[in-house]
Amino acid sequence: MPVPILKQGDVLIASIQSGLSDHDLMELRDNIAEKLGSFKSLGVIVDVSMLDVMDSFATRMLCTIAETTRLRGAETVIVGIQPEVAIAMVQLGLALGGIPTALDLEEGLQFLKASIRGRGQRGN
Amino acid sequence: MAIEETRVAIDHDYDIVAARRKARELAMQVGFSGSDLTIIATAISEVARNIVVYASRGEIVLSAAQRGTRRGVLVVARDQGPGIPDIPRAMRDGFSTGKSLGLGLPGAKRLMDEFEIASEVGKGTMITMRKWTR
Repeated sequence: MPVPILKQGDVLIASIQSGLSDHDLMELRDNIAEKLGSFKSLGVIVDVSMLDVMDSFATRMLCTIAETTRLRGAETVIVGIQPEVAIAMVQLGLALGGIPTALDLEEGLQFLKASIRGRGQRGN
Repeated sequence: MAIEETRVAIDHDYDIVAARRKARELAMQVGFSGSDLTIIATAISEVARNIVVYASRGEIVLSAAQRGTRRGVLVVARDQGPGIPDIPRAMRDGFSTGKSLGLGLPGAKRLMDEFEIASEVGKGTMITMRKWTR
């Protein structure tokens, strides 16, 4: 079950579904890196609001996606971490490092727009 | 109202998702709610992945537990994989011989109320975990 990636302006939006396998997550990482190039996107939003569990593997994959995105000249925001998922992550000992997070898609888009505006447009 | 034991065979990464779904269902029947359901599902996810990564296959057995008036869930994760030669090291944060953050087993222990691990090199590993309702 691959994760759909939508393009909205300068931003790619990936909405993770609930029963995501490790393989799906690795595929998402590869697809985002590729689409960043073809669309010349400046930002990526990963919406995890449907995700039932954020375990150590999912966390590592999100960190990898954020770092890959950064190396490709764009920025990642993780949005929609549910309250019970956040509690479980803290108890497990997981952190998303320096990856920006936002409450929901709307706030994530606002954050990226401000950030992209701040550094000017690329390529024209 | 007996809650039936559930067995989940762990052979592929998508079985990890199936195991945590079943765990959530059983925990709900036992009487857990809210963040406890996610906490239990997350612990199952970690021990199930441990099976996939290190032993390739195994099983997770979920059942209801009772101690006095307290109700809880019992999780047994079993495999016949290579076993863990140095358990204290495997239980240390940040230690991993596989491709992970090395937080899986110590993390699962932090999430649950009770956590026991028995392992024999060449024979396999058995992890027993319990979580009690508040």
